[in-house]
Amino acid sequence: MAISREEVEHVAFLARLGLTEEETTRLQEQLSTILDYMRTINEVDTSEIPPTAQVIPLRNVMRPDEPRPSLPVEQILANAPDREDNHFRVPPVLD
Amino acid sequence: MSTSVYEPVIGLETHVQLETKSKMFCACSAAYAGAEPNTHVCPVCLGMPGVLPVINRRAVEFTLLSGLALNCEVPDASKFDRKNYPYPDLLKGYQISQYDLPFTVNGWLTIDVDGGPHRVGIIRAHLEEDTAKLIHKRENGASHTLMDANRSGVPLLEIVSAPDIRSPTAARAYVQKLRLIVQTLGVSTGNMEEGALRCDVNISIRPAGSEPLGVKVEIKNLNSARSVQRALEYEIDRQTRAIEGGQQVIQETRGWDEDRGVTVSQRTKEQAHDYRYFPEPDLPPVFLSPDWIDGLRQQMAELPDARRERYQREFGLSHYDAVQLTSALGVGTFFEQAVALYARPKVTANWIQGELFRVLRERDTDIQELPLTPEHLVELLVLIDDGTISQAIAKQVFDDVATSGRSPRTIVAERGLAQISDATELERMVAEAIAANPQAAADVRAGKAPALGFLTGQVMKATRGKANPAVVNQILKRLLDTA
Ligand SMILES: [Zn+2]
Repeated sequence: MAISREEVEHVAFLARLGLTEEETTRLQEQLSTILDYMRTINEVDTSEIPPTAQVIPLRNVMRPDEPRPSLPVEQILANAPDREDNHFRVPPVLD
Repeated sequence: MSTSVYEPVIGLETHVQLETKSKMFCACSAAYAGAEPNTHVCPVCLGMPGVLPVINRRAVEFTLLSGLALNCEVPDASKFDRKNYPYPDLLKGYQISQYDLPFTVNGWLTIDVDGGPHRVGIIRAHLEEDTAKLIHKRENGASHTLMDANRSGVPLLEIVSAPDIRSPTAARAYVQKLRLIVQTLGVSTGNMEEGALRCDVNISIRPAGSEPLGVKVEIKNLNSARSVQRALEYEIDRQTRAIEGGQQVIQETRGWDEDRGVTVSQRTKEQAHDYRYFPEPDLPPVFLSPDWIDGLRQQMAELPDARRERYQREFGLSHYDAVQLTSALGVGTFFEQAVALYARPKVTANWIQGELFRVLRERDTDIQELPLTPEHLVELLVLIDDGTISQAIAKQVFDDVATSGRSPRTIVAERGLAQISDATELERMVAEAIAANPQAAADVRAGKAPALGFLTGQVMKATRGKANPAVVNQILKRLLDTA
């Protein structure tokens, strides 16, 4: 199943990936191969099987509403590319 | 505004911060108000790779309670999904939300407006997580943005209404009712100024009586019930003018500018949302057993509508009075405590709706903030009943109690406000008033009724409202008839 060049560009945009022309071509081929493989799986009759979102047979795993200490702010900001006081500093979101 | 020709179709999406102690998927404290930036943060709510979220059980229960209070159905099972979109306040690049199996669906609430009660459908009430806070800075002509992750991961209840609302006042009433319900349940402060309850509104207009919907505009950033109403009034007017001027309404997102009282196009590169929802692989599904749901139903506080009906039934109040007394948190409880001590519900209701609501409006506050207690109000009403003070003086005393929290009896004694019913003293004052106003006295003798009122007024003024007007009137008539 062929995926169009526009579809690759759209998906790349959604993931905020900047692709070169060659990368777009290469990914178009690779994604098409993956979708072909999925089509093989799609041929299996699953009409009697409920949709599965989880592969681990767990349910209702919840914790009580009890706060515990957070990390020190210095650790939180340790990997920040830039900071201002105790804030993360990032490029402008609004102009 | 040609609202008679066009009919607005309005729906709301409301986000309610839940009052849990810890965040939705990690144990960081959710009480971030006033905290230093980035001090309520851990690898989970910072969106570090490889961390595992765990569901906060109380947040789920608060969501279920809210859905039940909104007459929603609860399915057998529910799950979380990832909603993917890139924005700097969303640290993981996705928000954990709910897509096709929300906790509660298909409910309604009632509002009392436009000849109400009207039912507004609730499409769904689901659970998700709040985002980080961005602060936009501009210095020396250059912009940058600061990010504080304290709010990231705070549990957020999203309530989506059906497009059943037909007027700005109804939209306002919807927000107020929703707020009252979450406050009554104790699941949120509902404080809109602090962002604990936030609204996005969808609005389109169509020729009255026609079926097809007009072009939908979304208004964001509404942080009070009043701005919901104002933004909608503005937007209906704007869309009506556009259509009547032969222009087209564009499907877009607009922001509300509170200061200028206008909606503004946000001119973002508008493109179809493509959230690529998929099931959250790190969170097992939640099965909602009937036992669990029944238990929650039993612990649910009495809701405003049930309380209103009870007031009509138990206290013989009108629908209007009962709606008023159940329209703000704490007012009903105040009323019931007063009525338990004073067996005249209608009189009590009138004082609450008149004086108490006036004071709350004037001081822009809530009943919980006033030092006035139900016992104070009852003491005041008894002072009126036994003739110690007049209605007019009682209103002054009420204001004093509402400020000082002192007992009405003490205030009346200290400020010398007791009504003067002593006939001798009053007779002296009436005689003075007659002597000072010979023309009015002559008019009364000539049978002109307004002059009698004038003289009574003079005596009331001289006693600063403390004279018993009925007694003054009697004395006046007697003195002038026999003069
Ligand atoms: Zn955390």
